[in-house]
Amino acid sequence: MALQVEHEMHERRKGRNYGVGIILISFIAIIFGLTVVKVIQLGDAAQFERFDHVARPQLVPEEGAGE
Amino acid sequence: MSDMSATDRGYEANMGDYFALLKPRVMSLVVFTALVGLLVAPVPVHPFIGFVAILCIAVGAGASGALNMWWDADIDARMKRTAGRPIPSGRVQPGEALGIGLALSGFSIVLLALATNFLAAFLLAFTIFFYAVIYSMWLKRATPQNIVIGGAAGAFPPMIGWAVATGSVSIESVLMFALIFMWTPPHFWALALFVKSDYGNADIPMLTETHGRDSTRKHILAYTVLLVPVAIGLGFTSIGGPFYLAVAVFMNAWFLKGAYDIWKRDDAACEADKHRTEIKVFKVSLYYLFAHFGALLVEAALRLYGLGGW
Repeated sequence: MALQVEHEMHERRKGRNYGVGIILISFIAIIFGLTVVKVIQLGDAAQFERFDHVARPQLVPEEGAGE
Repeated sequence: MSDMSATDRGYEANMGDYFALLKPRVMSLVVFTALVGLLVAPVPVHPFIGFVAILCIAVGAGASGALNMWWDADIDARMKRTAGRPIPSGRVQPGEALGIGLALSGFSIVLLALATNFLAAFLLAFTIFFYAVIYSMWLKRATPQNIVIGGAAGAFPPMIGWAVATGSVSIESVLMFALIFMWTPPHFWALALFVKSDYGNADIPMLTETHGRDSTRKHILAYTVLLVPVAIGLGFTSIGGPFYLAVAVFMNAWFLKGAYDIWKRDDAACEADKHRTEIKVFKVSLYYLFAHFGALLVEAALRLYGLGGW
């Protein structure tokens, strides 16, 4: 029996699979878009640190700097 | 084998069948009223966040529709109007509808919370719960006032839209809620008077069947009278104005006249002119809601140019 690479089910479920694909891509686009908008709305660049898990000492004001 | 069992069913559900579970026509009203609630709010919302919020509200409404179809599959099968829905017609399995309803509910609520605020997400969650559990599972089969209390589910969207922008509930959003809440019964009962329904076959207690058509006519007039102060009152809040008030006065007079005409009639008169008045009032009720929310939108647009409002 010849190996049938294209199963009949693939054809039958093509529309549904494309639909799920489009929904997933749209979901990624929404999450990415929301991230961009939320980050831009922070205004101050230093605020990005809130979403960064790495401490950056250079952003901490030096002691006595304001005196 | 999973594909064997799918073939055994003889029909493969497509995306359209799953989309039909979400009740797209109901969704369009939800999108419109939620959008108005969001746009008339005094706090500006970033367009993309606004888009995501409306999408979440629409998907949440669709999810509650899917849960309703899952629960009501038995009665849908017994009524002509609903027998062609995806589950009773066998195109979608009940378990699939339940899965889609629960998954989309979760997605829409969580995404709305992350994109906007917890109050808006809570209101959306409550709306889904109200429609799926309070209305579908409990009231619909228990009381002829089902449509009155169940109408609250359809009244929440502008309140959610307002909460998306402001993060709060205020007199304006409560009155927008009340407007749809009070409008639903006369709108639906006018339809029930002229559509030959078979709710009796499905043992659903609709007012026309439990209390008769005369009682339904009285109810339509009573609820329309109670609707008037809500609609006019909204005109004196911060989102109202002279334009809205003019529209509201005209539309309420029109709707009230229609409700009065229905109240005066009897079954003989209805049969004689093939429910002409009832059909007319039902159409007026559709214009009524669209005109009120459209007028609120116009007021908001006028305010941008320093016009509108009080």
